[in-house]
Amino acid sequence: MFPAGFDYHAPNSLAEAVQLMGNLGPDAKVLAGGHSLLPMMKLRFAQPSHLVDLRRIAELRGIRQVGDEIHIGAMTTEHELLHSPLLADKVPLLVEGAGWIADPQVRYKGTIGGDISHGDPGNDHPALMLALDASFVLRGAQGERTVKADGFFLGVYSTQLEPGEILTQVRVPIPAPGTGWSYQKLKRKTGDFATAAAAVLLQMKGGNVATVSIALTNAGPTALKASGAEASLLGKPLDEAALDEAARQAMAICEPTPDLRGDVAYKVAMAGEMTRRALQAAHARTGQA
Amino acid sequence: MANTHEVAFKLNGKDVQVSVVPRELLIHTLRDRLAHTGPHVGCETSHCGACTVDLDGMSVKSCTVLTVQCDGAELFTVEGLQQAGELHAIQQAFHEEHALQCGYCTPGMLIRAWRLLQETPEPTEQDIRYGLAGNLCRCTGYQNIVKAVQSAARKVADHKVAAQAPSA
Repeated sequence: MFPAGFDYHAPNSLAEAVQLMGNLGPDAKVLAGGHSLLPMMKLRFAQPSHLVDLRRIAELRGIRQVGDEIHIGAMTTEHELLHSPLLADKVPLLVEGAGWIADPQVRYKGTIGGDISHGDPGNDHPALMLALDASFVLRGAQGERTVKADGFFLGVYSTQLEPGEILTQVRVPIPAPGTGWSYQKLKRKTGDFATAAAAVLLQMKGGNVATVSIALTNAGPTALKASGAEASLLGKPLDEAALDEAARQAMAICEPTPDLRGDVAYKVAMAGEMTRRALQAAHARTGQA
Repeated sequence: MANTHEVAFKLNGKDVQVSVVPRELLIHTLRDRLAHTGPHVGCETSHCGACTVDLDGMSVKSCTVLTVQCDGAELFTVEGLQQAGELHAIQQAFHEEHALQCGYCTPGMLIRAWRLLQETPEPTEQDIRYGLAGNLCRCTGYQNIVKAVQSAARKVADHKVAAQAPSA
């Protein structure tokens, strides 16, 4: 099962990669870990004329703290996220998320930047990024710009990335101490995309919800920020009635596509259930449950 | 379009060089050009793990890696596990625990188990099940595979064998 023919380029620097992408035109695709793109090319869902492989570009790797943010190079792999002591300490939600992605072999190759750039609503990082209020650094021939995760995802396989632009870095604000977190993902089997999943960050104050962030995976054409569910929780204790209402509000924004993982009603119900479970797990981790 | 590339890498400790077009997948280079038929073609969709090889310290599915991406790499396949003509401790453990039925998934299981034990020398049962989750056994012989990896971990601890890189 070979992909169609293409020309292969492996630039040594980001500047060279950006120049190549600018010169090669819209038929060029960036190759990161390859575990979304190459299967699509083998199935002929994608037939780019050129691949620009970012594997040699050292400046696109690594996880570091810069002030009150964590900066993650776009070519950082899921395996590296999963085993990062810095992330375990500062943004454990990303470690938990990475652990749910695919299987060990895919996690060695798959990258955070590839997962985000691909624009697949089944990918896990988009919802994690929405929940964390992350920003993305995009580099193109015109220069560099930084965009918010909220608004970056436009539709299935569609993002704010312009032709020729490369996602170079992910910037994640470090959640305040005492913030609970959880990524709850229902999947049929190892390696599968989510039937539905929910990412939650939660802070309690005096027994009531002080801040909460909720985002859903594979419940619509993009990752979804469940703003209504968030608003319904603020200033209230996280009791059964509040969980019911948050799940109901989250379900109200779901527009999943029916497939082998389930019909619309089942997927919507599971998005609600994952929201409920993620809120409960995050609550337990605030230390104020 | 489709220019050929000269790609050089180490395969089980030996230098090899191949001339490939960019679309050639690593599994085909290994099997068809280099006569390393341990890695198997299974699902071809990065799911089953029968094509697993070790690439620069990572277990990868060689049906989803382009050979041109391997220039300068160090690769190990199941053929590299034997040591001076003797079965590696992991291979011995699979034999003793009867950790195979049809055997199709076995080469991928072995090379993945080797990398797992490099990273996690004393794995729990859960570590093994999570660590081998990218390798499917369609005979569903998982119980003995888990026992074999546990046994291999003990052999390695006793004899310090898997601490070495496999040799050609």
